[in-house]
Amino acid sequence: MKHIKTLSGATLKKSAATGGCGECQTSCQSACKTSCTVANQKCEK
Amino acid sequence: MIHKFSMNGVNIALDVYSGAVHVIDDIAYEILEANHDVHSFRKDKEEIIEILEGRYTLRQIEDAYGEIRQLIEEGLLFTEDPYSSYLKTWDKQSVIKALCLHIAHDCNLRCKYCFGATGSYKGDRALMSAEVGKKAIDFVIERSGKRRNIEIDFFGGEPLMNFDVVKEIVAYARSKEEQHRKNFRFTLTTNGILLNQEIKEYINDNMDNIVLSLDGTKEVNDRMRVRVNGRGCYDEIVPKFIDMAESRNQDNYYVRGTFTRDNLDFGKDALHLADLGFKQTSIEPVVAPDGTSYEIREEDLPAIFREYEKLAVEYVNRKKQGRGFNFFHFMLDLSQGPCVVKRLSGCGSGHEYVAVTPEGDIYPCHQFVGEPDFKMGDVFSGVFDAEISDKFQATNVYTKEDCKKCWAKFYCSGGCPANAYQLNRDIDKPYWIGCELERKRVECALMIQAALYDENR
Ligand code: SF4
Ligand code: SF4
Repeated sequence: MKHIKTLSGATLKKSAATGGCGECQTSCQSACKTSCTVANQKCEK
Repeated sequence: MIHKFSMNGVNIALDVYSGAVHVIDDIAYEILEANHDVHSFRKDKEEIIEILEGRYTLRQIEDAYGEIRQLIEEGLLFTEDPYSSYLKTWDKQSVIKALCLHIAHDCNLRCKYCFGATGSYKGDRALMSAEVGKKAIDFVIERSGKRRNIEIDFFGGEPLMNFDVVKEIVAYARSKEEQHRKNFRFTLTTNGILLNQEIKEYINDNMDNIVLSLDGTKEVNDRMRVRVNGRGCYDEIVPKFIDMAESRNQDNYYVRGTFTRDNLDFGKDALHLADLGFKQTSIEPVVAPDGTSYEIREEDLPAIFREYEKLAVEYVNRKKQGRGFNFFHFMLDLSQGPCVVKRLSGCGSGHEYVAVTPEGDIYPCHQFVGEPDFKMGDVFSGVFDAEISDKFQATNVYTKEDCKKCWAKFYCSGGCPANAYQLNRDIDKPYWIGCELERKRVECALMIQAALYDENR
């Protein structure tokens, strides 16, 4: 494509099938303790 | 649903429901703009040509239009929401997998913005006993079902004021790991005053993560983070923090600061932390009720947005120069971030994560401690209020009207229920200033990914 560069595909949709194991850290804990951000969390799988 | 924006000379289009992220040129951007609808793309080619004609050649417009159409076909733009129906049948059955242990409701600093009322959380100054701590460990073992990884945070007040008990609780938890097939991971938050060689070694041997509180430059830090006698703590703690970070190979820790409306140029504080050599940083907006004089107000938003953008641009520069650092809110892994289930269910407060006070009382999270309506039970009696827990469990980005409409929902996961409660008296009604900041940070994080894309490949 000339006008559009795709950085990442349908990653979110794919994760719906495999996700939900719950082994990951709860989001508030890691650093901030005052806000809820999940996008930077690590998946344990 | 899509969200598009321009920052630092890059145009980005995010396809909210698929998670796809695209860098688009000006023509494609203008076509999406001309569409006027973030949910679907209805304009046909002739309409678009009519709008853009004169500024671009026919060929260019047709090409860009074709590419947009192709992405829609491939399910990478204007994707419809596949999750909302799935949620109706979703029975989460959450278990408690994380505890925040308020190991000391006492502190050797008197930080002016402290949400814990300088350590006491509106109650008596108190230290947790080992007995309460051990009961809390039993509680989480019992309540965590098959979950293997259990997170324990030592929080305060200042946890190092009760360090012997920290050690006792860690030893107790470890002694239970094998029998119950659990893996405990510990974090400790500290203001650094009591850090010494021995404590450092213990922490490095036993703690998965450590959070070191420092606001930035000496001037900024010492305005808020003061001793009982009013003296700032910067000079005392910075050498210890540098040593601590180095001894952990600059990983598995955060230096974490708070900014208020007194330092809306907090980007320079983040850079100051980076200049001190810290590779893992975080600076957060203050949590404060209206009328404190330093709380973030609506009129501060433009300045804060500019500051985030400026920081993001410098963040990219430094990464490119090989002297990058991590800023908590700019970290984003486009290829393998958390699954969508996690992204829509929020922080887990009250049902996956709870806080335990020195007395053994249980609250939905550290920021609810001391709110009488939110006391859920205690570790001794085994009482655990299912009603409160269910209420927290029932909220997600689809139960909150604001979030449902929000493009950032899968990055934010629905905001902080504690802030929502403090500001709106409703855990389902996010604090809108917090939302504005969150959305800006996500835009910055996406811009950074775009700017570093070729480098990261
Ligand atoms: S930014 Fe606000 S509205 Fe958007 S998902 Fe987060 S809490 Fe909800
Ligand atoms: S309610 Fe807010 S402060 Fe409490 S755990 Fe959730 S995000 Fe963190």
